[in-house]
Amino acid sequence: MATVALKSVKKSYGDINIIQGVDLDIQDREFVVFVGPSGCGKSTLLRMIAGLEEITAGELKIDGKVVNDVPPDARGLAMVFQSYALYPHMTVANNMGFALRLAGVPKAERDAKVKDAARILQLEPLLQRKPGQLSGGQRQRVAIGRAIVRQPKVFLFDEPLSNLDAALRVQMRIEIARLHSSLAATMIYVTHDQIEAMTMADRIVVLRSGKIEQVGTPLELYHYPANVFVAGFIGSPKMNLVPVKVQSAGADGITIVLPGGGTAMIPVQSSNAAAGSAATLGVRPENVAISADGPIAGEITVVEHLGGETLVYVNVGEGPFITVKAGGDSAANVGARVRLSLKTDEANVFDTNGAAMVPKVRKPLADLEKRGH
Amino acid sequence: MASKAQKKIGLAVLGWVVALLVFFPLIWMALAAFKTEIDAVSSPPKVIFDPTLENFNAVFERVNYGNAVFNSIVESVGATLICLIFAAPAAYAMAFFPGRKTKDLLMWMLSTKMMPAVGVLVPMYLIFRSTGMLDTRTGLVIVYTLMNLPIVVWMLYSFFREVPKEILEAARMDGARPRQQLLLLLLPLSLPGVMSTALLSIIICWNEAFWSINLTASNAAPLTQLIASFSSPEGLFWAKLSAASLLAIAPILVFGWVTQRQLVRGLTFGAVK
Ligand SMILES: Nc1ncnc2c1ncn2[C@@H]1O[C@H](COP(=O)(O)OP(=O)(O)O)[C@@H](O)[C@H]1O
Ligand SMILES: [Mg+2]
Repeated sequence: MATVALKSVKKSYGDINIIQGVDLDIQDREFVVFVGPSGCGKSTLLRMIAGLEEITAGELKIDGKVVNDVPPDARGLAMVFQSYALYPHMTVANNMGFALRLAGVPKAERDAKVKDAARILQLEPLLQRKPGQLSGGQRQRVAIGRAIVRQPKVFLFDEPLSNLDAALRVQMRIEIARLHSSLAATMIYVTHDQIEAMTMADRIVVLRSGKIEQVGTPLELYHYPANVFVAGFIGSPKMNLVPVKVQSAGADGITIVLPGGGTAMIPVQSSNAAAGSAATLGVRPENVAISADGPIAGEITVVEHLGGETLVYVNVGEGPFITVKAGGDSAANVGARVRLSLKTDEANVFDTNGAAMVPKVRKPLADLEKRGH
Repeated sequence: MASKAQKKIGLAVLGWVVALLVFFPLIWMALAAFKTEIDAVSSPPKVIFDPTLENFNAVFERVNYGNAVFNSIVESVGATLICLIFAAPAAYAMAFFPGRKTKDLLMWMLSTKMMPAVGVLVPMYLIFRSTGMLDTRTGLVIVYTLMNLPIVVWMLYSFFREVPKEILEAARMDGARPRQQLLLLLLPLSLPGVMSTALLSIIICWNEAFWSINLTASNAAPLTQLIASFSSPEGLFWAKLSAASLLAIAPILVFGWVTQRQLVRGLTFGAVK
């Protein structure tokens, strides 16, 4: 059992408010990912949970107990740092057993626990080496091992994979996901990489400038972003965010004027949208298609063949290029004039303030929401 | 344009010239120590002479060399150890938990070294007299500790700053209290730096003359005081003075020679790491 609850948690350095009131409930055994652009306060928030930074205001509870003033080691957490932060003068075994040694655990018991953790992470042959004699991936595994040995209630990860090369990152990502299910532990994971967030999380917390923008499952965030920021941040290739004008709002949805003058009706609740006001149409590249009778006209500017799929960038005269995800066998040519059609029931509309209009019908997001439980 | 080889030769020549300039007085003193008093002051100076050990005999007869060596060791090593005990926690706090005033504090500590010692000689002397610390080892150790504390804190501070702060944070998560962080992580991790700090502090104490001459006479007198006692009122005896000086600097010269690699390694620690 390990739940973490944050209530109006704030952090300031002098006059600067870094974390501006965060409310969050993390369930037992949940894998929660904090994601957001660099400098948005992810690390600060994680370090406040860890006890490495003081909490300026608000309440942090672990397992229902307020721990604002409890020192880091007494919170029952373990943290894995981006820089690994191994003790360079100790062997791998001593690195992993350091916390137990400080806690006065007898050597035999300590060795057994270190061995167990080393077996889980395939570190057994490296136990007598020093960190300097290990590769980056091995060091990262030792850092994770050091966390496992303590059998913490909650694991905290601060961008643990960002110093690894791409191939290793994918491998470690899978390994951490595997650990999460085999250890049945609560994990909080910080990353600026939305792909890591999408692939690993039970729930994603999107942060911007010290505020939560949205909390939800990866698919919730993907299909129903709460605002323009989340829409643009989650998903790769990025969602198309097209500036449009509201023509009329009715019971069935909102009719918008697209670049070039064409119109489209998007089925969202739009009672407060005034005719003539500006809005943003959000549509994923896979929901745009090249088709002769589409409402938007444009010219193909760039074509990226990725093998299994093709990304086509279309200049529609105003606003940013629109990205179209087409099949791997797409015959799109640079310079060709094309028309684009939209899957309107998969599209999002954001009002002048960037907030999403609620869709008329919300599709069930399959069983995927309950992943891992 | 000078070629690479020419530059190298130029640098080598320059190096030798500087080294000879620095070493000349030492060599001169070493030679004088083995001359008779008459040879030592003869003009033009004699380079070839009959070496004699009579100066050394005279020194050993007149003063307790062994006691002075003992005092020098006890006072310099003692002061250095006490310095480290006080400086390490201070440097730890300043390096890892700096406050708004930490930089000012460091500057202020260093600025105390700019003050001429003679400025506080009279109050120091009076304090020492009334507390009965004149000519005691304890007294001199206290003075040396206070004298070196700023430098030792500064050096430890800069060595500690080389240690990534995440390592200490990981240790905090692992349950290490400040004392354990200091003893189990910081000191071992910056050992070369700590060693060279200690060596430098020992050397500074060993060479210190102002306080030892003014605050000690015989009991607690280290080697520097012993040399000074040879510039006696009966007139200068160059050869004996040289012999005494040679005896005084010999131990630290050997010490410096033996530890020079450690010293250089520590002082360039970080730059090459
Ligand atoms: N000790 C500090 N004093 C002042 N500002 C800080 C301090 N530490 C971090 N910050 C600021 O807090 C913000 C959030 O930092 P951080 O949590 O590291 O962001 P992230 O991990 O999301 O990239 C940054 O703008 C950073 O400049
Ligand atoms: Mg960060």
